[in-house]
Amino acid sequence: MAAVSNRGSQNTGALSELTVLDLSHHVAGAYCGKLLAAFGADVIKVEAPGEGDGARRVGPFPDGKPDPEASALYLYLNTGKKGITLDLSSDEGAGVLRELVAHADALIENFAPGVMESMGLDYATLSAINPRLVMASISNFGQDGPYRDYRADTMVEMALSGQMYVNGHPEREPLSSTGYQPSYQSALYAYSGIMAALLARDRDGHGQYVDISIQEAMASEHQFTLNGFTASGSIRMRAGNRYGTVHPTTIYSCKASNGRPGLVSLGISDPTQYVLFLELLDMSDLLEDPRFSNPQLCARNSVEFDALVRPWFMDHTAEEIVHALQDNRIPAAFVNEVSDVLEDPQYESRGFWKDVHHPVAGNHRYASLPYHLAEAPPVYERANLLGEHTDQVLAEKLGYDGERLAGLREGGVI
Amino acid sequence: MAAPMLANAKGPLDGVRVLDLSRVWAGPHCTRILADLGAEVIHISGRALVGRREVTRETAKVLGTYPDNEPGERHWNRNVLNNDMGRNKLDITLELNTERGVELFKQLVAISDIVIENYSPRVMPNLGIAYPALKAIKPSIIFCSMPGYGPEGPFQHFVSYGTTIDPHSGLASRMGYPGEEPHMSGNAYPDPASGMFATGAILTALFARHRTGVGQHISLAQAESGAALTGEASLGYQLSGEVSPRIGNGHLRKAPHGAYRCAGDDKWIAISVGSEDQWADFCEAIGSPEWAADGHFAMLADRLSNQGELNRHVGEWTRGKNAYDVMWQLQAAGIAAGVVVNADELMNDEHLNQRGFFWMFDHPEAGTHRHAGQPIRLSETPARHYRPAPTLGQHHPYVLGELLGLSADEIAELEETGIIGYVPLVRER
Repeated sequence: MAAVSNRGSQNTGALSELTVLDLSHHVAGAYCGKLLAAFGADVIKVEAPGEGDGARRVGPFPDGKPDPEASALYLYLNTGKKGITLDLSSDEGAGVLRELVAHADALIENFAPGVMESMGLDYATLSAINPRLVMASISNFGQDGPYRDYRADTMVEMALSGQMYVNGHPEREPLSSTGYQPSYQSALYAYSGIMAALLARDRDGHGQYVDISIQEAMASEHQFTLNGFTASGSIRMRAGNRYGTVHPTTIYSCKASNGRPGLVSLGISDPTQYVLFLELLDMSDLLEDPRFSNPQLCARNSVEFDALVRPWFMDHTAEEIVHALQDNRIPAAFVNEVSDVLEDPQYESRGFWKDVHHPVAGNHRYASLPYHLAEAPPVYERANLLGEHTDQVLAEKLGYDGERLAGLREGGVI
Repeated sequence: MAAPMLANAKGPLDGVRVLDLSRVWAGPHCTRILADLGAEVIHISGRALVGRREVTRETAKVLGTYPDNEPGERHWNRNVLNNDMGRNKLDITLELNTERGVELFKQLVAISDIVIENYSPRVMPNLGIAYPALKAIKPSIIFCSMPGYGPEGPFQHFVSYGTTIDPHSGLASRMGYPGEEPHMSGNAYPDPASGMFATGAILTALFARHRTGVGQHISLAQAESGAALTGEASLGYQLSGEVSPRIGNGHLRKAPHGAYRCAGDDKWIAISVGSEDQWADFCEAIGSPEWAADGHFAMLADRLSNQGELNRHVGEWTRGKNAYDVMWQLQAAGIAAGVVVNADELMNDEHLNQRGFFWMFDHPEAGTHRHAGQPIRLSETPARHYRPAPTLGQHHPYVLGELLGLSADEIAELEETGIIGYVPLVRER
């Protein structure tokens, strides 16, 4: 095909034999599809004609001007995909999708539970068409149970998964985050679920259904919270900018430098590190004080402790502190804004940022994946434009001719 | 409530053997998933790294992770944190700083599929068991290393935990009270998040190996997982020239959006109202008090610019109410609202329990406890609750005897010479 493609390089990745239908919107399903695309799967993003994925309206946008082809959220979450438009709410559109299912290995969707069924696209129907299909649904609370139809966003998921309660200051309201962590995590569970189902398919010969609940994804990511309760009935409480059980695991103010606010992160939990740290500050006498003799006791007296070490921190910059501590094998780190991370030498050294050109948004540096597969390097191609590959995909996969495509277009189906 | 639905179905990873050298949380979170999915995960630890020799009742009480705060005779087998991470796994000890220990490890590599470790990058090469050495033994081995910052670059030797990766990676910058400094996750979030990336990477490499027969090295940097999970924000900064400020529980396109105090001690409800339709529904659901009809709050733009006043009103409305009543009432009206649950409420959550999310494990030394189950729900080859966490060295007879063919005498000799054991070693300062 002569169609202009965003997939310039030949995909020879680990997943290049796979065709994936990506019916996602916003974050959860989209990130999962992006990961499959990074390893060479042919991921076909299906969007509603006209408006497309809601992530196109979220931004941030270049110079703050809304443009559905230049929303950072969409551009980041849909790299490497082909884009088609299809009105799934019409019988004809759903029919086209069912035809595509015959050619697909996996399907990802994150509609509210029941929506796929209402369009005649539930797993029972689709697996009858293609028994080898692996279908993954991501939803706020899963496909059954009393909260199935509850509404939620990031904050509500953080609340109902027990994550929010432990974030923030004990005297103030619990904190959610402004990012999309619950959706991202559910995408990672869905990705592993799909890969596990594909491995089982190699053995068993048939596909299966993967039900991912965002609430469960986040509820499974607890350490002290659930275990403290199940072991001894203790309830983990917010601890402010601290870890609670050990100290100093915290963010300290320090001397500002290079126009950056003076902040530094410490992660001391181990008694050996704690002793070395106090030696470095020339404050070893605190070890004799029963309030501060180890990191656990220090955690219970952290306000007093912080007042004692504060002068040392205010005398040194983050750069000095991080290196002085790390030279002694004590965990310390910089406190970065996302703009700082873009300039961070460590990320640079691993080639973490990838230059991606997009015809509307321009050239930018995109976060890649935190892992390298030595024998299957991922590819990073730009996000699809709305409906960019509609004709190409329907012609190649389903053999539709110009007349058929024109008819679908006139009917508003594509 | 314990889960198996299709009691005879093989797990998707049935027949896959994993050697797990990982510690703390990031690596163990990954191998827990592999084990839940049916892989044979053999956790291998050096006894000096198991934990301190003594745990007093006082320490146990501070940590709260020993059953009934009682460390017992063998505290290392009673730590519920370890038992949560260790479920469905096997356990052996092996001193890898000895020749014999390395020799046995290499014999295990020859009959395994995956090795995973989260040591700092110098440890495995120093022990002589870096990827090239293991590949020479077994070309199809998949080897995942996941140090904090990766095996190259200026910070490669930095000591790190999830709690320091959090601010370094930019994740903490996305949380905080309005106008204040970045706020750490109360839960070392980068740990499980990195574990999830490792799981996906390993399964991708297994899929590739099914086709090519070739294994590979996976190099994961935990610091990069935080940056990948904020990738929309770093791209957004490049597009707009601005870093979005910390706004607490506020939202750029929704109001009211926040956590509001309810009746009782430290009880909160998270309420999120976006569109104009939702605002109308919200007003109706709460009985349309006078302020709701106020022109100050008519359109989203008004509500955003008068957020302080709006939040005060909503907070006054929730204050005397039970948080669950508010959630049920608002959800019935189609409004996103959720109780900010603590550990007790989470484990007793009606919905999670009806879905059978929690798994019960009966551990020989720690007793019966409920733990989070597996969010990966597969219809035909479900994740399973195979066995409780092992005790330290429990599977020496199976792994060293059955798998490697050592005699009982040879295993006893390993114990005598300190290559294996059942009790942690005192950590050297």
